[in-house]
Amino acid sequence: MNSKYSLHAGLLALFFTTTAPLALAQTAKQSFNPKISLILQGSYADYSSAEESQIPGFLLGPETEFRSEGFSLGESELVIEANVDDLFRGWATIAFEDESGDTEVALEEAYLETLRLPEVLPAGLGIKFGRFFSDIGYHNRQHGHAWDFADAPLPYRAMLAGHLADDGIQVRWLAPTDMFLEFGVEALRGIGFPAGGEDRSGVNTWTSFARAGGDWGTGGAWRLGYSYIKAQAEGREVEEEDEPLHGFSGDSELHIIDFVYKWSPNGNPRDRNFIFQAEYFDREEDGLVEDLQTADSSDYSGAQSGYYLQAVYQFRPRWRAGLRFDQLDSSNRLNNPVANTILADLADEAGTPQRWSAMFDYSHSEFSRMRLQFNRDESRADGKTDDQIILQYIHSLGAHPAHQF
Amino acid sequence: MRIFAVLLLLTAWTPVQATLSIFACEPEWAALARELGGNKVDVYAATTALQDPHLIQARPSLIAKMRKADLAVCTGAELEIGWLPVLLTRANNPKVTAGMPGLFEASDHVDMLDIPTQVDRRQGDVHPYGNPHIQGDPHNITRIATALSQRLAQIDRPNAAYYDQRRADFIQRWQAAIRQWEEKAKILRGVRVISDHRGWNYLYHWLGIVEAATLEPKPGIPPSARHLQSLLASLQSDPPEMILQAAYTSDRPARWLSEQSNMPVVVLPFTVGEEVGAVNLFALFEVTIQRLLAGLNR
Repeated sequence: MNSKYSLHAGLLALFFTTTAPLALAQTAKQSFNPKISLILQGSYADYSSAEESQIPGFLLGPETEFRSEGFSLGESELVIEANVDDLFRGWATIAFEDESGDTEVALEEAYLETLRLPEVLPAGLGIKFGRFFSDIGYHNRQHGHAWDFADAPLPYRAMLAGHLADDGIQVRWLAPTDMFLEFGVEALRGIGFPAGGEDRSGVNTWTSFARAGGDWGTGGAWRLGYSYIKAQAEGREVEEEDEPLHGFSGDSELHIIDFVYKWSPNGNPRDRNFIFQAEYFDREEDGLVEDLQTADSSDYSGAQSGYYLQAVYQFRPRWRAGLRFDQLDSSNRLNNPVANTILADLADEAGTPQRWSAMFDYSHSEFSRMRLQFNRDESRADGKTDDQIILQYIHSLGAHPAHQF
Repeated sequence: MRIFAVLLLLTAWTPVQATLSIFACEPEWAALARELGGNKVDVYAATTALQDPHLIQARPSLIAKMRKADLAVCTGAELEIGWLPVLLTRANNPKVTAGMPGLFEASDHVDMLDIPTQVDRRQGDVHPYGNPHIQGDPHNITRIATALSQRLAQIDRPNAAYYDQRRADFIQRWQAAIRQWEEKAKILRGVRVISDHRGWNYLYHWLGIVEAATLEPKPGIPPSARHLQSLLASLQSDPPEMILQAAYTSDRPARWLSEQSNMPVVVLPFTVGEEVGAVNLFALFEVTIQRLLAGLNR
């Protein structure tokens, strides 16, 4: 009897001596679950040309215009992430964007991902479903605040309206090898550009990707990937500021090769580090294009390609400098390229849209960044040079999830 | 698609590994896992002593290693918050998901220091669960060794007796070593030092060393010239004995302050690594104390 009581007293004493720090850790744990973060970004921009941001030889998707001149907010993102239970993890990105004076709220991502699958399924398998940024290419799944430049590379802007995002399911599998080998397929609804249109049913966009990666010497790491996207559009209409621009029905097939190499002395990126990144796009399109302002239409068979190369170097703590070059090429056949319509712009093969960009950024801490970027843009139909200056800030509040390689 | 199916089949045929595959987030846990696991484990250290454990990139090679791990041994307490979650989600390895025995977090088994009462980024990169650099106190290693050994036995039951025997042997040698270190380091009690980062608090707590200031103005914020100037001015009247710097940090701020003030810079290994002169856990503490004493006697 006695020994039992003393045991209880002992446990009680243990409980009381440990409650204070434990309770504090518990509250901390609760306040950080779910992880909520808010990305605040904005910019000041100045362009030497006021021409429209069309690219000859390409039908641009929605929201591909340049960021506004002068002061503007760009996108503010709210990210909420948490484990749902022991099987699923949930993630949502809500973007607030200024759209000609009104604030638009967009559900950019809202998906669930498996933490582990039943043991009957092979290990290494992961499933994601909901709305998400596709895992194709390298740049595609990065959110704007994680980019190394203030704007998306030209191939992404011209062929994917920034990036491919859609509703659907992804299955990916990681091989049990020392070399990183990952394979994945995605079945998507087909509302994200280059697919699109009303009354979607079934799967209208399929993607698949394969990639390899590993270490390269002391402090170096690389990843090489290939992605294939097949998208079907049925009456896809693109408008700008409520004015319909062009319509498209047909098939779009895109191949992407992506490569990334990162280096830091002894693999310690703290003081100095280097990132090289390049992607090549090759696309074929077949279908019917319509200029929605003039109601002219044409059969269209397009072959387009594009690439970008970029390098960013952190030369001392907090300071980075980067250089980027991107270029596009098109060879489109249209049987009815009516002059002064979008059809004529699409058939235009005269120029080679290209751009040089240089950027400097300063990060006071890992949660705040200021960036100055210069673009020499020659991507428009008039072929003239537009000198662009962008001053940008990206700040994050709260518990922001870790970034991918 | 066909290739995909073939590859799926191939994994099903992959033979079961004879040894336990361990992914250690930091070199000190790799060293501990080798001490406790002997020839029954195959240990991979994800980082080296020349890398800042806060700022590791979630490289493809690390994801591939995590995919094959039976057990991941990490510090936890958000030290690896910038990279471990990515490895875990991308690796799709059911054995090492949170809550499974395959994910061992060392900080669960020690008393944490510096748990903040308030988490505000004005204070820099503060860890809400407390200071994660728990490897500085050898008594923490004892506690973690006991817990890790039990975990090994739980995951690999047939070898439970082997792990138990190795643990008893390690702890006996470790306790003897601690007594020697404590004897040698008595003279360090009350000594005032400057640290590069708040990475030594467990070491200070153990040896009674006093942290007079840090080179970083706030945790995770690199020292600026202005901060170093004001630090120099404030410490002129009563200069600390030495400046401690981890092998993975840049030596420039510490060297500058040393040249201005005549305080010696003492570079400590911070963790196990041949490249920093500490081949195992015993050497880590031996070298650390030896260099601290050398700094004091200079």
